[in-house]
Amino acid sequence: MPQVTLSVNGKQHTVDVEGRTLLVELLREKLRLTGTHVGCDTSQCGACVVHIDGHSVKSCTTLAVACQGAAVTTIEGLAKADGTLHPMQEAFREYHALQCGFCTPGMVMSAVDMVAKNPQGLSEKEIREGLEGNLCRCTGYHNIVKAIAAAQDVMHGKRSTVAAAAE
Amino acid sequence: MYDFAYHKPASVADAVKLLAADPDAKAISGGHTLLPALKHRLNKPTSLVDLSGIAEMKGIKREGNAIIIGALTRHVDVANSDVVKAAIPALAYLASHIGDNQVRNRGTIGGSVSNNDPAADYPSAVLGLGATIHTSKRKIAADDFFLGMFTTAMEADEILVAVEFPIPEKAGYAKMKNPASRYVMAGAFIVKTAAGVRVAINGAGPCVFRQSAMEKALAGNWSAAAIAGIKQDADGLNSDIHGSAEYRAHLVGVMAKRALAAAG
Repeated sequence: MPQVTLSVNGKQHTVDVEGRTLLVELLREKLRLTGTHVGCDTSQCGACVVHIDGHSVKSCTTLAVACQGAAVTTIEGLAKADGTLHPMQEAFREYHALQCGFCTPGMVMSAVDMVAKNPQGLSEKEIREGLEGNLCRCTGYHNIVKAIAAAQDVMHGKRSTVAAAAE
Repeated sequence: MYDFAYHKPASVADAVKLLAADPDAKAISGGHTLLPALKHRLNKPTSLVDLSGIAEMKGIKREGNAIIIGALTRHVDVANSDVVKAAIPALAYLASHIGDNQVRNRGTIGGSVSNNDPAADYPSAVLGLGATIHTSKRKIAADDFFLGMFTTAMEADEILVAVEFPIPEKAGYAKMKNPASRYVMAGAFIVKTAAGVRVAINGAGPCVFRQSAMEKALAGNWSAAAIAGIKQDADGLNSDIHGSAEYRAHLVGVMAKRALAAAG
């Protein structure tokens, strides 16, 4: 049985997998990190988005065995060790950017990547385009977009808290 | 998904050996077409040969009047490449609109072109620009490469190594995409070179094809008026829950006009 060694949220793991084991299955079933969700399982809905080496990817369409040596970050890895939320998580809470919450882990992971790669700042239109790969079936996009806009100001050091950005 | 053996060779030669040794082996890179097919059990490879560790298949360079893109180059890297944006902006535009951010972070040009999914974006650029496919065995002209739905001129133990795009005078791409899957319903890649005009249509039929009536019309008169009266024949086009053949035929005309406007 193949083995894969990878870092997940800063911690090294060596895991026995099958060739066909998906990254999301490794995360949820082997490492019990169930924050990453499986929605459509067809790489359309984005509930399974995690970061591999700093890039957002759909973990339902990535083989675990192909992640040898990779650094993976999941929703569980965003908050600080003392429980302080990442600005994007804080903004989702502040702006009530969720209803049922199923899509939220993927939304947050996609949003963090999108903001980090665009230090010049994103317009509302660009945020909406950047969320193309994340579906919210509660249709709550409006507050999600507002949360991302607020969080990017904090992530880029323009404001100190997402609440202040609400002004 | 059925299980399979997994190999990750470090060179094209080793990858070819692995593919030749197992007639039911498949090559994989980003996996964004192959893995969904395996989940649906449309395919049952006994082994997967992961090409993503092969350094010689990576990178983008300009050589003379052509851009050569390594097969493992991810869509996001083509979209952001200054070399591509300067020489063939329509190609960078196409790459920047494939799927979504996450798909572009993972999918590769070699995978897209060698899978030849009827609803993929890249085949239209390859055929429209008259690119040359470099494989582990030979060079194949785009006109001889795309044979049918999910079918190309490549053999089972042949690997797409790079795509060579001649730099055109003008080029433009437009597509109508399915709002849920982002796959192409109909797209047009229109190119003007010293040798003439090429119009490649993707998404609409079972395989990317050239729209010769539009090519003739635009060669004589590079304007929207030249193709305004040209109707795409719906016969043989795809018809499914997303759209009828007649709808796609209509879209071909609309997308061609938009691609022409984008080409300028």
